[in-house]
Amino acid sequence: MPTTLQDPIDSATGAMPPVVDVSRQLELELRTALYEKGESWRETFVEKGIFLVSLTAIFAILLIFIFVARECLPLILGQVDTARSAELITPEKAVDLSSEQLAVYLSQPVDKIRPLSPDVLKDLVASRNEELAAHPNPDSKLNTVSWPMLLLPYRWQEYTKAEFIWQPTSLVEKYNLVPLFFGSVKIAVLSLLMAVPLSLMAAIYVSQLASGTVREVVKPVIELLAGVPSVVLGFLALIALASLFQWLFGYEVRLNTFVASVALALALIPVIFTIAEDALSAVPQTHKDAARAMGATEWHATVRVMVPAACPGIFAAVILGFGRAIGETMVVLMASGNASILSPSIFQSCRTATAAIAAELADAPVDSPHYRVLFLIGFILFVITFVGNVFADVILQRLRARLEGQRTSQEATS
Amino acid sequence: MSAIPQSDVSGQPLDLTSAPTLSQTTLFTALFRSVAFFLVGVVALLVAYIFSQGFHGLNPSFLFGSATSQDSSGMFDVHNAGVFEMVFGTILLVFLMTVLVMPVGVISGIYLNEFSDPNAWTTRIIRSAVNNLAGVPSIIFGLFGLGFFVYFIGGSIDDYVLHTASPVFGKPAVIWAALTLAVLTMPVVVVSTEQALRSVPLPLRDAALGLGATKLQTLRQIVLPQAAPGIITGGILAVSRGAGEVAPIMFTGAAYYLAHLPQSITDQFMELGYHIYILATQSPNVDRTRPLLFATVVVLLLLTFLLNLIAILVRAWTRHRMRSYRA
Repeated sequence: MPTTLQDPIDSATGAMPPVVDVSRQLELELRTALYEKGESWRETFVEKGIFLVSLTAIFAILLIFIFVARECLPLILGQVDTARSAELITPEKAVDLSSEQLAVYLSQPVDKIRPLSPDVLKDLVASRNEELAAHPNPDSKLNTVSWPMLLLPYRWQEYTKAEFIWQPTSLVEKYNLVPLFFGSVKIAVLSLLMAVPLSLMAAIYVSQLASGTVREVVKPVIELLAGVPSVVLGFLALIALASLFQWLFGYEVRLNTFVASVALALALIPVIFTIAEDALSAVPQTHKDAARAMGATEWHATVRVMVPAACPGIFAAVILGFGRAIGETMVVLMASGNASILSPSIFQSCRTATAAIAAELADAPVDSPHYRVLFLIGFILFVITFVGNVFADVILQRLRARLEGQRTSQEATS
Repeated sequence: MSAIPQSDVSGQPLDLTSAPTLSQTTLFTALFRSVAFFLVGVVALLVAYIFSQGFHGLNPSFLFGSATSQDSSGMFDVHNAGVFEMVFGTILLVFLMTVLVMPVGVISGIYLNEFSDPNAWTTRIIRSAVNNLAGVPSIIFGLFGLGFFVYFIGGSIDDYVLHTASPVFGKPAVIWAALTLAVLTMPVVVVSTEQALRSVPLPLRDAALGLGATKLQTLRQIVLPQAAPGIITGGILAVSRGAGEVAPIMFTGAAYYLAHLPQSITDQFMELGYHIYILATQSPNVDRTRPLLFATVVVLLLLTFLLNLIAILVRAWTRHRMRSYRA
């Protein structure tokens, strides 16, 4: 009976009901009616359930943070010490130790150690001891996972000067992170230099200058590139691009930073294109109309009015592109050559942080220093991309709010 | 009070005296157009190259053949490997992933579009978390899947529920890979669901509410059926994304080689994308595996492109319906 319904706002304040949109008001009235019938609790219950499920995304981010951090926390707190594994384990003592400890000592995967019989283990330990005795190395007393060793150059035994070295499988494991992140940044910057101009020009053309039919063709085709799995791009770089570029430019190393960057640029173009195109299309058409009415050409109105208006969105597109470039794994793993060389040359191989994780984690014994260093790399990558994502997200939300505010005020005046 | 917005966003008045000349305008427009068409050309060339190289390799013995050598040893046969196990593994993986991701993703999308107050801080954090999840590098999902699903969840099940010494759940398995991919593809589903719900006209809801339906009744009987094609599109896009990801499943379940198909959800599996990586990087004789490799890539591309194509068509149809409703 609608006549008996009371608007709650009305009765509570005694004031005139404020102007609310019809569906909201209807909902309030219906809810009151339902409450009287005693059915509202079920609606509330389901709504609460929906709310709880929607928190999953937050939990997922938190869990990623916690569980990647958990595996590398002992390293951050300085509880891991590679020098300890340099202590001699006598073959007699080897039987009492756990497979994990032996795996670290023998630098073998745990899975290989576990099924071995005690006698075989004794032999392995004995030969390891002989190996250590044959090559006495003062470096083995070092804790190679301490912060200075991870970040600063060090003069190792067989080197003539202090260098940044990532060499986790050598007799003395060298875990300097600088070559990996240098490689990541080098590839990311080079690929962005290719992808950003191309995708922004295409985005500006498609959203502002192209005719309707051209847009309908060009946009989905470029977006189709986003559907190409990165392993396919990596494969293409490895099989086809590498040989083609070597033939074209005549450089020495077949798989190098340049090849990986070109393939990575292909992965970045649809990402940057889509976000920039969205931002440009969100700028109200009236801006352009006004500029056109003042005598500006289509091109002039685009570069002086539309592009500046969408500028934060374009900036966000580049940030997200950078995050994608730093985090891309399969392309760089397959095409960069994977040698951790600290060289400014773009025609040299390099190893990125992501490729190091992908290539080495399977061989790193669980809970070994190597395993923890790889998780530390992952943690650093996560933090870098997280900060970039939050930054881009804030920019995009602000831009959207501003442009929507402009649109509604325009609609109000018209 | 003037509601007229400041028309110039850059804060500078539009200076017509320094306007580009007509020839500059033509030049730059032509340049931008050629860049756009260049990219289209690159995509076309790329697809044409892969298909031309790999298409003739698509014979029944390849598609339905096993990776195990038929003639002698029963070992992994890199040079003649069929892809049956990989296609099976990929389909099993994305099926499990879809079952896991759809309910959570769709309900999150429903909350964001139907129930949330857009200005509340909870809404902003959820939205920001979804966007952030979309930007986390895929290899981090691999680390997370290994640390959380395999060692923490799986290890706990082994220790406290099954009390087994040899790991059953605490090792890489198809269920953990599927869960990892479900977390990775969740933003795709959430965003598509939101878009689909937003495209359902408001008057339809008002009419239902006006007839006395409750909010949930309106949602279930009016809004969701209308939004269904868009929501399914989200699922398809998630499947297409999941089918192509390799980095997250490398440590959480994909196997280099298995002689049999996965028997249960705690088994490992072979997967198309990972198989491509193995064939391309581990083969002793690249020239011999080359045709096989291209054919495998074509199978993976057909799978992802077909799914993308369906998604694009469904989306175009929804947009068309929306436009006709407005008109």
